[in-house]
Amino acid sequence: MSGRARAAVGFAVVAASLLTVGLGQSWAVSLAVLNLCLISAVMALGVNIQWGYAGLFNVGTMAFAALGGLAAVLVSQPPVPAALAAGGAKLLLATAITCLTLGLVWVACRGLPRGRLRAFGVTAVAVTGYFATRTFFDPAVKAIEAVNPAASGYLGGLGLPIILSWAVGGLFAAGAAYVIGRIALGLRADYFAIATLGISEIVIAVLKNEDWLARGVKNVTGLDRPVPYEIDLQRAAWFQELVRSLNVGTLSALPEAEHAAMLRELVIEAAGIFVKLCYAGLFTLVLLVILLLSERALRSPWGRMMRAIRDNETAAEALGKDVFHRHMQVFVIGSAVVGVAGAMLVTLDGQFTPNSYNPLRFTFLIWVMVIIGGSGNNLGAVLGGFIVWLSWIEAEPLSLWVIEVLTSAMTPDDPVRMHLVEAAAHVRQILMGLILLLVMRFSPRGVVPETVRY
Amino acid sequence: MPVDLVNALVLLANFVVVPAIAYGSQIALGALGVTLVYGILRFANFSHGDLMAFGTMVVILATWQLQSRGVSLGLLPTALLALPAGAAATIIVSLAADRTVFRFYRLKRSAPMVMSIASVGVMFVLNGVVRIIIGPDDRSFSDGARYLINAREFRSLTGLEEGLSVRVSQALTVAVAVVAVSALFWFLQRTRAGKAMRAYSDNEDLALLSGVEPDRVVRMTWIIAASLAATAGTLYGLDKSFQPFTYLQLLLPMFAAAIVGGIGQPLGAIAGGFLVAFSEIALTYPYRKFLRYLLPEELHPDGLAQLLSTDYKLSVSFVILVVVLLWRPTGLFRGRIA
Repeated sequence: MSGRARAAVGFAVVAASLLTVGLGQSWAVSLAVLNLCLISAVMALGVNIQWGYAGLFNVGTMAFAALGGLAAVLVSQPPVPAALAAGGAKLLLATAITCLTLGLVWVACRGLPRGRLRAFGVTAVAVTGYFATRTFFDPAVKAIEAVNPAASGYLGGLGLPIILSWAVGGLFAAGAAYVIGRIALGLRADYFAIATLGISEIVIAVLKNEDWLARGVKNVTGLDRPVPYEIDLQRAAWFQELVRSLNVGTLSALPEAEHAAMLRELVIEAAGIFVKLCYAGLFTLVLLVILLLSERALRSPWGRMMRAIRDNETAAEALGKDVFHRHMQVFVIGSAVVGVAGAMLVTLDGQFTPNSYNPLRFTFLIWVMVIIGGSGNNLGAVLGGFIVWLSWIEAEPLSLWVIEVLTSAMTPDDPVRMHLVEAAAHVRQILMGLILLLVMRFSPRGVVPETVRY
Repeated sequence: MPVDLVNALVLLANFVVVPAIAYGSQIALGALGVTLVYGILRFANFSHGDLMAFGTMVVILATWQLQSRGVSLGLLPTALLALPAGAAATIIVSLAADRTVFRFYRLKRSAPMVMSIASVGVMFVLNGVVRIIIGPDDRSFSDGARYLINAREFRSLTGLEEGLSVRVSQALTVAVAVVAVSALFWFLQRTRAGKAMRAYSDNEDLALLSGVEPDRVVRMTWIIAASLAATAGTLYGLDKSFQPFTYLQLLLPMFAAAIVGGIGQPLGAIAGGFLVAFSEIALTYPYRKFLRYLLPEELHPDGLAQLLSTDYKLSVSFVILVVVLLWRPTGLFRGRIA
């Protein structure tokens, strides 16, 4: 089968599974899974840009997704003027001092002669800068966090529409990737992986503990929405009319007296589905734009150069390609895509919870998507995102069902049965690991293999 | 003044030195496994943390069995008796993983990165197995005496204001680590198999030419790495408590220790482990009380005098890692470069 046919079959299978979920569980569940599939696909595209195009083993995806989420908070939440007044100036000063210190460290690194003098100079500057920053930073944080800690206790955001944050999230992630890349991209591949793993943990630690930034583990909830609220839809006359016209058959089968009650029920259900469909539309749009751009990039001379670097770094360097800067480029672009997806995810959830970021879900699972889908192939990465998220989510109900069938002979309070039912939640990890290992072993180029282009 | 100085030092010993030595030993034991696999099988094994979790889980199950039969070691934790069972199970699992997963890529001479990704798959599977068997919750399995040196007794004995406490689990960690490391070094330096392992790590082709059997070396590596993983995991679990996900977080400090020490250098892994542990604890300890003993009253700090918030523990090992990599890419003990 050609790559395209395999992709078509794959997407058909995914669509069929989503339909089955819709018919078997409910359409709301099916659409919720679809929305997360779309976001996962965008994340997988980002990782594919790094690994599939250029062979960068970045295990810090989690950090970029979280930074995108931070952008959603900082863009959309209303500002907290009291907090700004209380600590804004000092915080700005602390930031300025940090920048000044970093600049001085850089100057000292460059300007001083190598040896003891330089080591001493750099250390002295860094230590002085650290304590100077702390002098202003600590009181600023204290003041900001003291402002109405139960509801805000942070600086707030810009109060802009949250959809803007998708672009800002990309920029945040790109900026972070640039800084990380300057430090870590010079390292050899496996050290780079471990370095990015470390950086992602640090980013999450910062988000968890810097309450002045986004409330830390106190979470920011009730974020703005780019789509209408269910409650407004239920009240809107046009929406009620729409639901009525769509359900003429159902309604006419009922006696007149039950019409109003039935319609209310239908409207409530339809409102939830409508909101999810709006999200799905927006996410699909973003996915298609990014997919199109990635495809164009992959087919361009730039993409060819990337593959050359991936396949033989030394040869590419000998031909005059600037490997470090190309790696940097691809690292920044890929991370930006992950950042966009991260912002989309927080928008969908309507809340930013730093505690929910863990490497298994936000780094390694995305990796599984890319490997399974077919690294180097954008369509494959998208398909991988769909397949893996679907199996990740549906593994629990499925295994629960299997266990119930298998243990149907036992009494409900049988300890073996109870343990098995509890265990169903963790079958997904094993399933993911097995899928990854099997695909790597027997179909190492993934479900939709990379098209070889020269 | 000298009393204040002694008090300050006891304070530091109690809250920095003793915990760091115990934590450092645990990291070092884990890092030894990482560095052996890295040096001999040539890939970063992301599943090592979950291998530790698996070994600890078996130890916990065996401990519960022993406890329910009334077997105990008196003052020492029963887990010590269960440790061989845990090590054996971990060895079996890692040999099975090698046979079914890693061997294929080794024979194909795949890139190290491919093996690392495969180890992510193994990590997922082990993670799921541990969660299914024992559940994701906190499990406590330590028994026996709690303190070797009790803070209150220490205070009344010495008449100092500050107490020093050493938990049994901490002392045990150090003792077990010393035994395990001495046995490992004796094995690597004195036995034929150990020498073969070192030769293989230094130069694979040369070792093969000299008649070193690669399969035996690989098997030996997994056996040692797995026993160390089970031991390290159990000691960590005894000292803190057992929760499956914490072992994934130990991966970073262990990798940092292995790389900082130099890949394939057992001595380096130990030094790296203690470096990481001491920096983590010393940088996140609030020095407020310590400085109060030493400084005149007008210089007393208002805040906690903490260099880094405790929540940034993990970042310390990372910063050490990056600094060492930039300044001396081969690690402190000149590990392998390629």
